[in-house]
Amino acid sequence: MKLFANLIRDLDSTNKTTAKVAALVDYFNKAPDADKVWAIAILSHRRPPRPVNTTIVRSWAAESANIPLWLFEESYHIVGDLAETIALVVPSSQNSCDKSLSHFIKEIIELKSLDDKEKKTYLVKNWKALAYYESFVFNKLITGSLRIGISQKLMTRSLSISTGLEEDVLAYRLMGNWDPGTTTFHNLIIEQRKSDYVSKPYPFYLAYGLEGKIDELGNVTDWNIEHKWDGIRAQIIVRNQEVFIWSRGEELVTDKYPEFHGMPGNIPDGTVLDGEILAFPNGVIGSFNDLQTRIGRKNISKNLLKKSPVILKVYDLLEWEGIDIRNLSLLKRREQLELLLKNPNVGKLPLYLSENKLLNSWEEVAKERSKSREHRSEGLMLKRKDSPYRVGRKKGDWWKWKVDPLSIDAVLTYAMRGHGRRTNLFTDYTFALWDKDRSELVTFAKAYSGLTDAEFRKVDSWIKKNTLERFGPVRSVTPKLVFEIAFEGVALSKRHKSGIATRFPRILKWRQDKKIEEANSLEDLKMMIPFLDSV
Amino acid sequence: METPLLIFNENGIYCKEANVYLDPWHPVDRAIITHGHADHSRWGNKEYITHTTNVPIIKHRLGEIVVHGKEYNEKFVVNNVTFSLHPAGHIIGSSQVRVEHKGEVWVFTGDYKIENDGVATPYEPVKCHTFITECTFGIPPFKWVPQEQVFKNINQWWANNREEGKTSVLFGYSLGKAQRLLKYLDTSIGKIYTHGAIENMTEVLRPQVLFPPTTLITRDTKKKELIGNIVLAPPSAHGSTWIRKMVPFVTASASGWMAFRGARRRRAIDKGFVLSDHCDWEGLLKAIESTGAEKIIATHGYTEIFSRYLRDQGYDARTEQTQFEGEMNELNTEPEEKPAP
Repeated sequence: MKLFANLIRDLDSTNKTTAKVAALVDYFNKAPDADKVWAIAILSHRRPPRPVNTTIVRSWAAESANIPLWLFEESYHIVGDLAETIALVVPSSQNSCDKSLSHFIKEIIELKSLDDKEKKTYLVKNWKALAYYESFVFNKLITGSLRIGISQKLMTRSLSISTGLEEDVLAYRLMGNWDPGTTTFHNLIIEQRKSDYVSKPYPFYLAYGLEGKIDELGNVTDWNIEHKWDGIRAQIIVRNQEVFIWSRGEELVTDKYPEFHGMPGNIPDGTVLDGEILAFPNGVIGSFNDLQTRIGRKNISKNLLKKSPVILKVYDLLEWEGIDIRNLSLLKRREQLELLLKNPNVGKLPLYLSENKLLNSWEEVAKERSKSREHRSEGLMLKRKDSPYRVGRKKGDWWKWKVDPLSIDAVLTYAMRGHGRRTNLFTDYTFALWDKDRSELVTFAKAYSGLTDAEFRKVDSWIKKNTLERFGPVRSVTPKLVFEIAFEGVALSKRHKSGIATRFPRILKWRQDKKIEEANSLEDLKMMIPFLDSV
Repeated sequence: METPLLIFNENGIYCKEANVYLDPWHPVDRAIITHGHADHSRWGNKEYITHTTNVPIIKHRLGEIVVHGKEYNEKFVVNNVTFSLHPAGHIIGSSQVRVEHKGEVWVFTGDYKIENDGVATPYEPVKCHTFITECTFGIPPFKWVPQEQVFKNINQWWANNREEGKTSVLFGYSLGKAQRLLKYLDTSIGKIYTHGAIENMTEVLRPQVLFPPTTLITRDTKKKELIGNIVLAPPSAHGSTWIRKMVPFVTASASGWMAFRGARRRRAIDKGFVLSDHCDWEGLLKAIESTGAEKIIATHGYTEIFSRYLRDQGYDARTEQTQFEGEMNELNTEPEEKPAP
């Protein structure tokens, strides 16, 4: 545990990529193979199932720290991290622990089947036996994932240095559905088995936002121009008469979308599609809000399937007839893709080509972009026709050119302390708009980002001085501050008190020049909903 | 109802009987000052009373003021009220204020810590009926380790950076923290350089405390000579143009807030050392117990939570709003003197 805890501490105590890579390489060079597999798993968010519910862990921690539960809870709200709070309040050991990470993981997996009394004994024993930072890491393994910011890029670079294998090869090996409990380091990294490939997705190619001017991209005909669909990026794999659906977060979501279960048989084995899952109510593309009803559900009722069906807007073909074709040009891949989608067997499936807009000038492209909201898209994707399908986020061949966000002036009404690097600062805000007769403020969105650190500090200190009421970690504040809130889209919603849902709300600007009387109303927001008259 | 011995009004903590304020936040006629930090010793009072060690400090900060120095435990009477100053252990020259009238005793702590840091006169508990205490770190997650351990880690960090050919930049308040750090830096590792604000304040304190030699960074300081050495700087220097001279450098901050991972990450600082001039949770509880007080008034810090816990423990505890800031929560917010040109 000492070695792994030191790794986490090193990763956590630097912002420099080179230092992070050095720490990982050092770990991969020193740690036993079984630990390495678990370390890779944990740092790529594949943690063992949670063995005990956190409510009861909190009560045990309070008891071990000899403080009342309410005081533990208050401390937790301030620290902003449960694992850290426990490590801080329960007295830890001065000695570090040499027991291996995989040994701990084994115990934690077995813990799940023990009764509460045995669980408590195990936790309390370790809290007291581990040194502070080890205890923190131990608690992270018990309570949740380590959000420590190791991107796929960093991980593969470090492994590449440590093993001598190529980064792109490693990125592919680390994708998908491997089980750290049964995989060895050798099978995962050095020499993969054929059977491991069946469900394995390719690393997604990700685009950067457009920098500079559009006409600097050269000749418009060199580019494939599509709309940027606002759904869930997904890779659908058909191999061995089976279908696998992967989300961009490397989550296997096959079960959630039965619409695609008819693909094997109609699509040849050895096909991998890249596209966007979109809601498709009444035969037209829906809003992200429509899709939301599907995202969280594991069990899909017939009714829901009828009300909120989904489709895949397909934009790329990564594997064809069992061969990885990512190195072919986009033009070639799209040719093959279009052929595939024209096949009558495929016509029955909910697969739609993401059309290449044939435009003759950048002016026409800009015009198309301005119509994005009418198409239910977030803007345009510009992809160089002769580009291969790359690994991860790379500049140059793919650009996203989003429409400018919508925005509205709203009043700050509630605030909560942030987490992570915003621990102990009020940075999570709730905003309200005026109701119809402008007599009452109605909550419409929460936003966490968009202010500079200095602005957050100012607002934080204002909140502390202008608190009306406290509800646990949440404070209501005097309605006084006005912020311009930006968002990508807006739709009617039954799940929101205001009746309206906004997509990706964030703070655009602190409007210190505005009084709350000048803030917008819900009616103003409603006016921004596209197709409102058709609803 | 009789007016309490000390009340909290718009100007500060007020003793009506004596017409004296303790650490007032607006200008008044007569102020007893606990220590030299800017939120406790403000500008504009007609007369200042403070510990003799603090006299040069506040003169340095506030310029020409009328100030009377008192020794620890020295009693002085103002309009039948007896005052005395007692060591608070917070920073050099810091005091608690004891106020006694008709057999009733109140103590105001200002800022304090119970660990003996070897620079400030160590904290002494003072028996009282009512104890007005800060609680900057008044929740259980704050638990300090003995400073020997922290300084061992700091010196180790410096030595490692030197080995890697880097300059160490260590942030701490120019008054108090900087001198505490300075006192324990291991000069066998390398030379100690200072930012102007720290150099000036240390110069003021040198007649009273023995510190290792320091070199002020000026326009003529060569980038090359800094490499491998350590630079003491106020938190406000973080992210400034001044700091570019130290490239390649590694930064660290020494503060109680460094106990939280989030606080360390927020500052984009490479390393955090948990070192505070305030009490930790246990320290506050221990201090309160040793005063024998029944009534506790919590001022700045986690006042609501802290006083609720005290009430649970059977104390008559409440909170009062003040304009004290405790150990500043963020970088770049500390009021600092401008560095010498």
